[in-house]
Parts: sequence; structure tokens; C-alpha cells
Amino acid sequence: MGLESRFGDNILTTVADKFINWGRKNSLWPLTFGTACCGIELMSTIASRYDISRFGAEVIRFSPRQADLLVVAGRIVIKMGPVLKKIYDQMLEPKWVMALGACATSGGVFDTYGVIQGIDQFIPVDIYVPGCPPRPEDILNGLLKLQKKIERDTVLYRER
Amino acid sequence: MDSMEGNLALAKLKATYPDSILETKEFRGDITVTIKKEDLLSIMQFLKDDEELKFNHLASISGIDYLKMEDVEGRLAVVYHLYSFKNSRRLAIKTFVSEDSLEIDSVYSLWKTADWQEREIYDLFGITFKGHPLLKRIFLPEDFEGHPLRKDYPLKGRGERSRFDYEER
Repeated sequence: MGLESRFGDNILTTVADKFINWGRKNSLWPLTFGTACCGIELMSTIASRYDISRFGAEVIRFSPRQADLLVVAGRIVIKMGPVLKKIYDQMLEPKWVMALGACATSGGVFDTYGVIQGIDQFIPVDIYVPGCPPRPEDILNGLLKLQKKIERDTVLYRER
Repeated sequence: MDSMEGNLALAKLKATYPDSILETKEFRGDITVTIKKEDLLSIMQFLKDDEELKFNHLASISGIDYLKMEDVEGRLAVVYHLYSFKNSRRLAIKTFVSEDSLEIDSVYSLWKTADWQEREIYDLFGITFKGHPLLKRIFLPEDFEGHPLRKDYPLKGRGERSRFDYEER
């Protein structure tokens, strides 16, 4: 690379998208919206045994204004819907949503009037993690898949 | 637990309100007395204040839907579980509510714990409690239609929501 040879070891050239996405994907600050047993698995994922900080997502923020990743862990009933919608709307861009487990994805076994049959009916979801509840390994796998997705993002123009 | 014959509360109730008692039942030592809806408040007052009985604790209130059940006085029922800390005795009081008049006296004036439990029954069964200080929905959204714990409320197809627009506060 021409520029780097001129400036020595102090300068590294790269593409802006790549550099920014690298930073974003490795410092996801999750907001955990745990409403059911998936929330327990999520706690286990965050704790030292599975240690979500290996993937840079250990800074749990309970304020939507400081979070990048909304993790919806559990069933969302019709009375919780407006709350979740408001929290999602309060988050700043760029933001991502993970639907954790069968209930957040599709309503799961709660096939009834009171439970929303999938949160993607009212907020956009980036990644779905299957399981009832998913094991911590599944959650970490979902996080890695989400990081892959963030890698493909463009900074000046977002697809969604 | 004592049997039906030896139960003091039952004997006293029968002596004081002979016309109000419709049925008495015993199951494993627990006695359930079915009474007329009109006399609910006075019977409850009696059970609470009587020096020997002193049912000072309202353990729970439940609603029941007897849809399609034969030989019942009304479609819905309300069951009060009383407990006496003084005597360590339990008593269940049951009243039927027919669909023609879904109104029943509130026992909030006797036990303050009735507040949320009566709201819950109002929310899920649609029974209104006369004399309740703030009878509005407790679990479901305030603009929800219907009472879903009734047997004829469908599991799916009514009451679903997936759009949430901001409400004015």
C-alpha cells in the first residue's frame, strides 16, 4: 500500500464501512427485555460461565437510549406490546433487535388472543434465535450471526 | 377439621339466616355454604364480627363460569374463602350470579383486600361489584372488549392486537 509506506507504522488505511462496522459489531450494548424463561437463559449467557463479554456485548444497558441491541426474551402479551414499542422507538440508530426463543419469534405454545404471535408484527427483527428456551450456546450463536450481519452493513445507507 | 355437624360457623349461620342458605357441602373437611346473593353483605358482616367465629381474613375471591352446566342457580358464581386467625378455621361462601343481573355487593367495606380481587373478577368475568371504590380493569388493557375467562370467549379470533399507536396521557 502506497500511503502506508510513506507514513510508516503509524497509519493504517481501510474502508470506512469496514472500520465502523468492526467497531459496532464488537461493542454491542444489549438492552435485555426478559419477560419469561428465555430471560433466565440470557442471564446465564451474560454470567461468567458462558461470558458474553468474549463477544464484546457485556455492557448491559437498561436504558434504551444507551443500547444498540434490543433482546426480546420471552412472550409479549398485548398489554406489554405498547411498552416494547416505546422502548424500541426510544433506542437510537443504529439499533438491532434479537427475537429470543419461540415466543418472541412466533408466540410459541401460547397460541391465544392475549399473546402477540411474533414481535415482528410491530417492530423489525434482525435475528431470530430458535429454542424453548434456547441454550446459552444458541444465544451466543445468534449474537455471532448478528455480528456477521453488521459486517455487511453500510454506514451511509442502511437497507431497512 | 370438624365435620359438618360439629361445625360452629355452619350451625350459627343456619340459626341466624335459615332462609338464605341454599346448600351446604363438605369436601375433605372444608365446608362450602351457598347463599342467596341478596344476603351476601349481611352474612359476611355476621361472620366477620361474631365474637365466636371472627372470620377476620378474606383469603381469596374467585369467579366461576358454569356455562352449559345443569341445575345451577345462575351462570356465574363468586366464591369467598374466609379464614379465622382466632380459631384457625376456614369457610367458603358461594353465591350465584345470573346473567340477567351481573351485579353483586362488594365486600370491600369489610375486607380491604377485596379491592384488587374484585377488580380481577370484574375484568375477567364481567361481574360488577356494587360499592367498590374503583371498579376498572386490572389486567387487560382498559379499552379491551369482553371478559376472556368466560367459557364462551374464544381462545383465538377475538381481542388480538399487533398495532400499538401511542395513546394520549
